[in-house]
Formats: sequence, structure tokens, C-alpha cells
Amino acid sequence: MREFLLQPWPWYVAGPLIGLFPALLLLVGNKLFGVSSNLRHACAAVCPGSIAYFRYDFRREGGWNLVFALGILVGGFIAGAWLRNPDPVAIAARTKADLLALGIRDFSGLVPADVISWASLLSARGWAVIGGGGFLVGFGTAYAGGCTSGHGLSGVADLQGPSFLALLGFFTGGLAGTFLLWPLLMGLWP
Amino acid sequence: MTVRDGTRRPTRPAEPVAREAPPPSPRPLGLWVYGMAGLLFGILITKAEVISWFRIQEMFRFQGFHMFGIFATAMPTGILTVQALKRWGMRTVRGEPISIPPKQWGRGIRYIAGGVIFGLGWTLTGACPGPLFALLGSGVGVMAVAIASALVGTWTYGLLRPRLPH
Repeated sequence: MREFLLQPWPWYVAGPLIGLFPALLLLVGNKLFGVSSNLRHACAAVCPGSIAYFRYDFRREGGWNLVFALGILVGGFIAGAWLRNPDPVAIAARTKADLLALGIRDFSGLVPADVISWASLLSARGWAVIGGGGFLVGFGTAYAGGCTSGHGLSGVADLQGPSFLALLGFFTGGLAGTFLLWPLLMGLWP
Repeated sequence: MTVRDGTRRPTRPAEPVAREAPPPSPRPLGLWVYGMAGLLFGILITKAEVISWFRIQEMFRFQGFHMFGIFATAMPTGILTVQALKRWGMRTVRGEPISIPPKQWGRGIRYIAGGVIFGLGWTLTGACPGPLFALLGSGVGVMAVAIASALVGTWTYGLLRPRLPH
């Protein structure tokens, strides 16, 4: 058992369990599962200003979800502190070769520490990746009205057309980021 | 929309984030239930390496099956379970009716434009919003900067919302 818990969990175990969350939260309290709403709730809590989008009762609408996000943080801590897999993420050999060609050298963690770490914030590239990337995540999910969980899991589970369109957008942006933006940031292009 | 200084301005109405219908039972479930659900979700996405920048790269390069396997099992599971809840008219554990507000099509621009913008951010950080929190918890401290930047991004969207096509 302990052996299994320490390994990376295979997709055929994790995927179905992840897929249960929209139904689980509906059954628990008629809540629509989606993590990016928390960014909006946090803005509404901290700095709503006179912006209509942030003027609502964030405790009533989003209190449960902010607690859920806090739970994710603690879950990440538990998995990282006591269930950590000591080996590098076992990506495909071709991906590793491509990333080496891109200039990535550190494959030891969940993120490449040579481009995503406190030290990388000393460079413009680090700010583009971490600050710029974070900004795009926050802006894009708010604009699209959901993220991988809100659209990809909840919206798809409810068979909502807009969510399938949003998924198409996610993948288009992801491909552009992978094949245009990253080579640009690593100095390989133009 | 009435703003703080009492004037009215022709802004787009804020979209509803939750439904009316106060729970019939006097005491709704404690928030800790959602905290526990989040904790399980956090462990799950961390152990499944969904939060790994490397797995996201492998996915967008179509060189590994792991992430696609997750999607290909999570989505049908979600569809089957949610559609079953609706078909059978099931209620929450406290007896409230279950209702899912439909997403508004509008002109559909927001889903493509917002989706592409998010997709770019997703490949840069290697994380969507859930994994941002899980990564921070699992010890990648610099993700706090990404989360703060995401908050600035969402706030900027709120500011520009009346002027963006949806």
C-alpha cells in the first residue's frame, strides 16, 4: 500500500477519481466545481474597488470555494511532504530530448528549477514565465469564465457547449505557448 | 449598476456566481467538508503529476499518454455521474434541489479569446489554477508570485470587462 502511495498514481486511477468531483460537490451542497472562481472571490475580498464584477458577497458566494482552495494547498503539502516520489517525473524520452534542446537542464522537480524558482526571478525571463504566466492564467480564466476544472470538468460533465469551445481555446493557447513562446523565451527564436 | 459613489454607469451586469435557494435545513454543512474535498483533490492532482510542468509539456507536444489518459477517464466519469444526478433528479445530502446554471453563449468570443490567453499562461507556468495552489503547498514557494500575478490578471479583467467583447 505504502509502495503504491509513494509512486506517481497512474492515469487510470487518478482520472476517474478526478472525474467524480463535479458530482461530489453537487451532492454535498449544490456547488459547481471550479477553482478559478477563487481568484475572483479573492479580488472581491481584498480589493473590489468600484468594479461591478467584484461587488458581491464573496463570503456567501465563494466562502466554500476559498476553503476548497485552501484544502488543495494543504493536500499539496501532504502529498509533497509525506507521499513524495523521489524520482524525476517520468516523461517520454522524446519530450526530455526536446526540452534539453530548448535549454531546460533541471528535471529533478515538478517544475524546472532553472526557469521556475526564486533565483530565476532575478532574470527578465523568470518574470515573464512566473509573473507573466500567472497574469495570463488569471486574466484568461476570468475572461473565459472558467479553467480546466470549471470548464474542462464541470462544464463538460454538464455537456455545456461553451465549455467545449473554451477547451479548444485552452489547447490552441497551449500549443502556441509551447511551440512559439517557449522557444522565444529561451532565445531560440527568431 | 449602482457603484459606491451612488452614480449609475452602463456597465455589463456582473454574472451571477451562485444560485438563490437558501438551504431548507437550518444548519448547512460546515465549510470543513469543502476543505476536506479540496485536500483530497490536492493530494490527487499532486500524486497524479497533473501539476507537473513536465507533464504539461509532454501533453502539448503529444508525446505521452498520461495527461490524455487522465482527461479521457475524468471527462466520461464526470459526464456519467452528473448526467445521472440530473436524470434521477437527485438532491443534495441536505435535501436541496441540484441545479446547474447554463453558461451563456453570448457571441462566444470570451471562450476562445479567454481560453487562448489562459492556454498561454498554462504552458508558461505549467499550472492551471488548482495546480498553482497544490504546487505552492508541495513546496514550490515561488508559485506564490504566480498566484499573486494571477490575482492581478483577474483584477485587470474585472477592470476591462465592460470594454471587452464577450
